[in-house]
Amino acid sequence: MASENPTATEYIRHHLTNLTFGYHPENGWSFAHGGQEATEMGFMAIHVDTVGWSFALGIVFSIIFYLGAKRATSGVPSGILNAVEAVVDFVDNSVRESFHGKSALIAPLALTIFGWIFMMNLVKLLPIDFVPALFKAAGVEYMKIVPTTDLNATLGMALGVFVLIIFYSLKIKGAAGFIGELTLQPFGKWLLPFNFLLEGVGLIAKPISLALRLFGNMYAGELIFLLIALLPFYLQWVLSVPWAIFHIFVIILQAFIFMMLTICYLSMAHEHH
Amino acid sequence: MNLNLTLVGQLIAFLIFVWFCMKFVWPPITAAMAERQKKIAEGLDAADRAARSLEDARAQVEQELQQARAQITEMIEQANRRANQIVEEAQDKARLEAEKIMASSSAQIAQDVAQARESLRGEVASLALVGAERILGASVDKAAHSKLLADLAEQL
Repeated sequence: MASENPTATEYIRHHLTNLTFGYHPENGWSFAHGGQEATEMGFMAIHVDTVGWSFALGIVFSIIFYLGAKRATSGVPSGILNAVEAVVDFVDNSVRESFHGKSALIAPLALTIFGWIFMMNLVKLLPIDFVPALFKAAGVEYMKIVPTTDLNATLGMALGVFVLIIFYSLKIKGAAGFIGELTLQPFGKWLLPFNFLLEGVGLIAKPISLALRLFGNMYAGELIFLLIALLPFYLQWVLSVPWAIFHIFVIILQAFIFMMLTICYLSMAHEHH
Repeated sequence: MNLNLTLVGQLIAFLIFVWFCMKFVWPPITAAMAERQKKIAEGLDAADRAARSLEDARAQVEQELQQARAQITEMIEQANRRANQIVEEAQDKARLEAEKIMASSSAQIAQDVAQARESLRGEVASLALVGAERILGASVDKAAHSKLLADLAEQL
């Protein structure tokens, strides 16, 4: 892993290992030395790089949009406000098209999801060895800079959406209405357990599919970049440039899909059946 | 791929960012955009109204111009008529004056002619008398023949 001339497998595995801090049964609270130790830490561990980078990128997103909001004027917009308004308008239109209820939360939520995921995906376009090499020079062994290639990050956001789905379902339909929706359709009350199984799977599938779709796309893209990075340096651009250009499209699309699905799920939670 | 506390950390961060966005980012931007939309709509409205009033003003100007033109035409016509009238009046007056002058001068002439004839008649009568005196070698009795001479002069 940390050897001077890693094999291809070691190289890839090294790049896919998070900087993990957690409680190890033998070493106590410490940074994990390699994937093995990280696995042994189980749930009581935290991916410092994922949390750090995602939080930093979230801050960047917030600052950009906060600056836009500070300069918000009904007069002639300029500079950062133009960019911010373009995104806000785009998100607002998406929400209006898909979500027909009234809620002060949905639109800002959609904007946050879109902006944050976009920022987190964006760092993927940095050269794949660049930041890890910098951190390695500073003495940090593992550094995975794209938070959305960590299932924890995507599942964390999906769980947030899931909580909101449950919350709005209960708020709009009431507990009885929500339970009824889960158990009394599609086959009527005589097939109640079957209905519950079907609807339950459908409900659980929402956050899981959200998380896995984003994670899978980003993880696979990252793997391709890693494989390209195994080529001789003078050949890498032949593949990495087209792949990166294609990924400009992918990172926006994935952020957009996550946002749209969130809006759809919350719209469904708002609808009576 | 290990699921661990990162999940919770991410969830918390997510909620914080959503809250921040909902509190400080979304409302001012959308409010500003809505207000600008209203402003633009009002501006377009005002422009429409201005264009319409401009159209009205144009029509009014056109109408007034037409009126003025008609008035001018009428005035010119009137002036022409007046001028003609004045000329005619002057002509009439001149003609009358000329006639009057002609009449008075012809009367004068007639008078002069009559006067000349009268004096000529007298002269001829005396000339004739002188002639006759010469021819008859003297004495014609003026008194005896004056009646005759007067008749002669009358016939001249």
